[in-house]
Amino acid sequence: MSSTADTRLMTAPRYRLPAASSWTMTIAVLVALLALLPLGFVLWAAIATGWDTAVLLIFRSRVAELMVDTILLVLLTIPICTILAVTLAWLTERTDLPGARLWSWLCVAPLAVPAFVHSYAWVGLWPGIHGLGAGVAISVVAYFPFLYLPVSAAFRMLDPALEDQAASLGLAPAAVLRRVVLPQLRLAICGGALLIGLHLLAEYGLYAMIRFDTFTTAIIDQFQSTYNGVAAYMLALVLVACCFVLLGLEAGLRGRRRYARLGPGVARHIRVTHLGRWTYPLLVIPVATAAFSLGIPALTLGHWLVAGGADIWRMDEIGLALGQTLVICLIGGFATTAAAVPIAWLSVRRANRSSRFLEGCYYLASSMPGVVVALALVTVTVRVLLPFYQTVATIVLAYVIMFLPRALVSLRSSIAQVPVELEQAAASLGRSPGNALWSTTVRLAAPGAAAGVALSSLGIMNELTATQMLAPNGTRTLAMAFWALSGEIDYAGAAPYAVLMVLFSLPLTWLLHHQSKKIAGR
Amino acid sequence: MTFLKLDSLRKHYGAVAALDGVELCVASGSRTAIVGPSGCGKTTLLRLIAGFDAPDAGAILLDGEVMADAHGQVPAHLRNIGIVAQDGCLFPHLSVADNIGFGLKTDREARHARAAELMEMVGLDQAMLQRKPDQLSGGQQQRVALARALARKPRLMLLDEPFSALDTGLRVATRKAVADVLSAAGITTILVTHDQQEALAFADQLAVMRAGRLAQVGTPREVYARPVDAATASFLGEAIVLPARVRGAVADSALGALPVEAGDFEGDASILLRPEQISVQRAQGASLPANGTIGDVAFGGSTCDTQVTLDGAPSLSFRLDIPNRDMLLVGDRVAISVSGKAHVFR
Ligand SMILES: Nc1ncnc2c1ncn2[C@@H]1O[C@H](COP(=O)(O)OP(=O)(O)OP(=O)(O)O)[C@@H](O)[C@H]1O
Ligand SMILES: [Mg+2]
Repeated sequence: MSSTADTRLMTAPRYRLPAASSWTMTIAVLVALLALLPLGFVLWAAIATGWDTAVLLIFRSRVAELMVDTILLVLLTIPICTILAVTLAWLTERTDLPGARLWSWLCVAPLAVPAFVHSYAWVGLWPGIHGLGAGVAISVVAYFPFLYLPVSAAFRMLDPALEDQAASLGLAPAAVLRRVVLPQLRLAICGGALLIGLHLLAEYGLYAMIRFDTFTTAIIDQFQSTYNGVAAYMLALVLVACCFVLLGLEAGLRGRRRYARLGPGVARHIRVTHLGRWTYPLLVIPVATAAFSLGIPALTLGHWLVAGGADIWRMDEIGLALGQTLVICLIGGFATTAAAVPIAWLSVRRANRSSRFLEGCYYLASSMPGVVVALALVTVTVRVLLPFYQTVATIVLAYVIMFLPRALVSLRSSIAQVPVELEQAAASLGRSPGNALWSTTVRLAAPGAAAGVALSSLGIMNELTATQMLAPNGTRTLAMAFWALSGEIDYAGAAPYAVLMVLFSLPLTWLLHHQSKKIAGR
Repeated sequence: MTFLKLDSLRKHYGAVAALDGVELCVASGSRTAIVGPSGCGKTTLLRLIAGFDAPDAGAILLDGEVMADAHGQVPAHLRNIGIVAQDGCLFPHLSVADNIGFGLKTDREARHARAAELMEMVGLDQAMLQRKPDQLSGGQQQRVALARALARKPRLMLLDEPFSALDTGLRVATRKAVADVLSAAGITTILVTHDQQEALAFADQLAVMRAGRLAQVGTPREVYARPVDAATASFLGEAIVLPARVRGAVADSALGALPVEAGDFEGDASILLRPEQISVQRAQGASLPANGTIGDVAFGGSTCDTQVTLDGAPSLSFRLDIPNRDMLLVGDRVAISVSGKAHVFR
């Protein structure tokens, strides 16, 4: 009797749950293959070009000049952004700076101003401005929030007990900052710096407006002058090599550090540093930053709005552009974040060579300039998948390729903040692996996902080149209208579009700011 | 000789009085344990001593120097007070060796030599020096945290529930190891815990904390045997509290006339008996008259956790661990006797 019961037990169907990670991996690989399409396209073009022509096109003085300019741009902008962002994050998060909440919001707000509107504003104020100096200055004010956001969030997540501990071991406050706080900000700094570096390599409008040549502007010039894109493909190849270098540097500096807090317990209330007589000298930093990053665009736009009067508000055209822009932004933002979830989870929870490789693929794919992504998709749809030519699906794919890292950075760092033990605890409470993941990590990383949607929608609203080339017929987004009008030197006519882009991006930046606060439970 | 003196320390968080006038003297080289229920202000007290927070009122004197008073305070990094927190609080970005050497201002080689020496002192293998904190178990992390705090030879060591994350066996072993290391180094220590066993075993001086005040301070034996009130008594172990009428050195209670410490007090009071003072036997006619009844019995191996109800006061019952050989069952009539003196609460 008992033996039959045993056999029955043995032969009872055993459900083998599919390993969550293998499914996730499959999806991540599929998205990566789609994302790598443009890169594959460039490689294909290079091979089709042949060795001799390629060498001829790459090893010439023009490319060397562009190389020097691009390297100088990156080497000057990133350190300045890092110092500025860390200083501002420290001032707003860890000191009794008057109006810290306001300043911390104003440090995120420049993200609402598209990069090319920043340079439109600077050109409006100083018409002769051009070259490397201008490029670095405008890049810093346009992009430092990409570092400020993760660094200030990391400041809030730091366990103040560690700083107390360091003080009890005899470290003065400055030494605590250097030896305990800064090393723990490393992950945030690396992520933000990489994002800025990739933007510097891929941005077109900002540098075209001030006549500063980078690889990206050169590639587009090449396209517009000759429809034979071979020379442009070779420039893109060099650009891809630059991205490889940035990715390698970031991976090396980031290391494999555990990010979640050790041990039990909830972080105590953070103590603030009293600035005392340093208050007013240090207040100059956020004031000056806000003046350059927000004051200048406000001044120029205000000037043109006043000068243009009521005539520039052609409501029918503007309303149409606005509606189309919003729809595209929302679809693109959600699609991008959804596409980033599998790789974000893998890169934290299954950090191994293959997930790092995959992650690298996404960064590489997104660092392709918009024009190359667009051209690749145009070529592929025209040659192979004609029904997809100039459809919403294709343009959304372009956005996913270009903006996935924005969603990935915020998703990854918020997943990394959730200790894996929580997932295991949920599993031990009888949740299936998928359910455990959903009820712990996904729920706790939700602020990161929201930040990802906001960041990528923001990018889409301000995206210009790919939109222009891929948008379904008859589409005219705010950015397209702005660029067309300012290209015709109708600065006043372009102003309403810029104002709308800023106004609609502002709630997104507010959301971003709010969510990054909420991660820390404040 | 008083080494640390706390003088009516107060600390408020909004409307919450976390500390409400704490007075304490700690002798040089001694071990003090502070026990109290969760939220009574133990951690807050240690944070004030360590210098992480400033008191709202009162003073802290260490070795005759004022650490904090109404005029200001010495910052934490100049106090040389070691602290080991509940979760160890190791720096996640540094190896074990770098964690231990963190506070040392010597060169790298000397730092690592000292780290190795301390690892041995806290009973850990040197092979762990190169690991990261997240590659250690909870108990190992605690020992590393202790080694790190010891590295600078602190004047005073503060331990904030350092063993609470450990399981029972490991907790006893780690506690003994820590106590030995600290005695060997001759470092004055304050241990905070809400485990009374731990406090009684560890301390030379025991302080019971409640709602931001120290309810009682004394040697563990004294506080255990002569607590100031019923709450303190039951915090330190099973307490049997009976109403009684005290006259001279005798208290009349439901358990008959019990000897008490002769004092100046006369009248109605509560008296305290500890379970180990009470013995229970099966009643035997007139030679051993019954004065109680057995309630429910929970079998527990060598002893039974047994409820006993007194005849004189049916509303009064208490639980005792009774050796199993007596085989008492529900409803059995028993004779209850008391040895030693009862303690009178005033
Ligand atoms: N930063 C703070 N802000 C507000 N209230 C606080 C803060 N820190 C502590 N408290 C309050 O002060 C009281 C004492 O807290 P404390 O952490 O000292 O308790 P504890 O005795 O260490 O408790 P436990 O045994 O649970 O660790 C509690 O009521 C707590 O809620
Ligand atoms: Mg505590």
